[in-house]
Amino acid sequence: MAVYEQTYKRYAGPLTPEWSRFLIIPRHAYRAVFNSKLFTAFFVICFVPLLVEAIMLYLRHNVGALAAMNAQVRDLFVVDAFFFEVFVNIQNSFAFLLALLIGPPMVSRDLRNNALPLYLCRPFSRTEYVIGKMSVLLILLSLITWIPQLLLFFFESYLEGFAWFKENLWIASSIFIASVFWILLLSLLTQTISALVKWRVVASGALVALFLIPSAFGLFINEVFSTLWGNTISLIASIKNVTSGLFGTFDYVGEIRRVRGYEGTIVREVLLIEPPLWISWTMLFLLCAICLALLSWRVKAYEVVK
Amino acid sequence: MSMALPATTSEQEITTQTTYQEPAVIDLHGLSVTFGRRQILKNLRGDLRGKAIGLLGPNGAGKTTLIHTLLGFHEPSAGTAQIFGHDIVDEANKIKSLIGYMPERDSFIAKMSAVHFVRLMGELSGLPPEAALERAHEALFYVGLGEARYRRLETYSLGMKQLAKLAQAIVHGPKLIFLDEPTNGLDPPARLRMIKLIREIRDSGEANIVLSSHLLLDVEECCDEILILRDGQIAVYCNLEEERKSNRKFLMIETRGDQQRFVEALAKLGCEYAITNASRMKVVLQDGVEVRDLYRLAEQEQVQLRRLSYKRDSLEDIFLKAMENGHGGL
Repeated sequence: MAVYEQTYKRYAGPLTPEWSRFLIIPRHAYRAVFNSKLFTAFFVICFVPLLVEAIMLYLRHNVGALAAMNAQVRDLFVVDAFFFEVFVNIQNSFAFLLALLIGPPMVSRDLRNNALPLYLCRPFSRTEYVIGKMSVLLILLSLITWIPQLLLFFFESYLEGFAWFKENLWIASSIFIASVFWILLLSLLTQTISALVKWRVVASGALVALFLIPSAFGLFINEVFSTLWGNTISLIASIKNVTSGLFGTFDYVGEIRRVRGYEGTIVREVLLIEPPLWISWTMLFLLCAICLALLSWRVKAYEVVK
Repeated sequence: MSMALPATTSEQEITTQTTYQEPAVIDLHGLSVTFGRRQILKNLRGDLRGKAIGLLGPNGAGKTTLIHTLLGFHEPSAGTAQIFGHDIVDEANKIKSLIGYMPERDSFIAKMSAVHFVRLMGELSGLPPEAALERAHEALFYVGLGEARYRRLETYSLGMKQLAKLAQAIVHGPKLIFLDEPTNGLDPPARLRMIKLIREIRDSGEANIVLSSHLLLDVEECCDEILILRDGQIAVYCNLEEERKSNRKFLMIETRGDQQRFVEALAKLGCEYAITNASRMKVVLQDGVEVRDLYRLAEQEQVQLRRLSYKRDSLEDIFLKAMENGHGGL
């Protein structure tokens, strides 16, 4: 079917392996995404906290630089699980913003333009389609979360020595699990919302609302009933608890709340206790399962009217 | 009164007398599809072997459902089908690598140029990126969108969008191409161009075509076999070429005079006839009977022949009779 021949010819060349075809979607998606200068700029900004982290780690071990600055940075902070947890949380926040920028239109655009039959009439399954769409976010968010964080962990290990590395290896696994779980959850949520809502703005709003509304409702329950069980419905609190649990900073015992009467006198004091960590894990896994079920329901070549 | 009809049988199963070496293009084995409580396709059986198969039927007959089921979009509720000998359920991926599909509705990936879109479709079909890009250019030139290939699809006219859909269906050089209403909404020149392309693909011998349409003229111009569905069942399956070659020619005759005496004389000659109104009738000439015999008969019976013209059994006739008579096939 050469241009000059103008005849129909079958293709007889080699084919790509079937397992690798889901990667076609992110490859083409990045072309479109990085066409936007605004997005590219934001993507670069996402690396600023990592740069700060790297500088902090470097300065802490560079005596000459410290002397020149006449500072004792080494005494200002300790590089431990909490240090990495803080930066993991910062990067996870950036990951959320990135997901908000590129996630919502991914499936909705295909649904709006009836593109799904074009994907699914090819040797390309619904699962591959969902994995392909999710990997757009998974790959991009990995680049700003666990990959650089692990590199910085290894950088710190290099500076501190093998003993430190051996003793803190579990932090590396915490960085990996906390980040991957977060970006997996984000990808699933954005894809699901994108599959349910056809308009980008509404989908973005829905994603923000999914985080804010249950959290606000959870806070309301906590305040009214003097408890922390409201956190079980809060996505933000669940994520925070899971991350803290992974970095070993989770504390069951919260603050002491003073319950006051009408005249402002303290009626009683309540020791607030966080619900067990497994509840947060269960809630998040349940959310993932719901997302998968909804995706399976929505991602079809054609809607069948029964 | 007797009337020649397109060959039909009351059985749904289509049987062919010839023994074929090659697997059928589409082999239907009691294929049924049910949505909820509604049975859309009912026990379809037969092997379709045409180079270009026209899928006809009124709205809701099950044409699109049949195509979608063959493409693997719907699970059969009973029975199965094979495409080039591959089962549509067990070997869906194998089949999908052999077929191309042009959907009825507008189907695109937004914010893409035509060449990017067709290239992506090629890659999803398994072509390496370089080959997909090369063939995307070729396919777009082939369908006549060469000059507009860098334009975004959203800016295309309806006719151009149809051609872009055809380009994505053929970019990977499939062995079987499903075209669902390819001339929908096209103006006459665009329709002619589409028909020409379909015929070229058919005549290239490189691909078989299944063309679903309710425009009989399109099917008649492009297809050598037709499958007519009615209420989810096969109403007629026949080879148009054979129908054309069977010399089943009608004479449309308009008479003045004693029509009854004339038709009785025709019956004595062994001709089949159908009276359409008081002065008109359709006559099928039997072997050995010439038109001059009819003139002689008219003179003998004192009947004037006011008009006499040949009329073949058109696809429209076959279609309308299928709608009246129900199931059948050759």
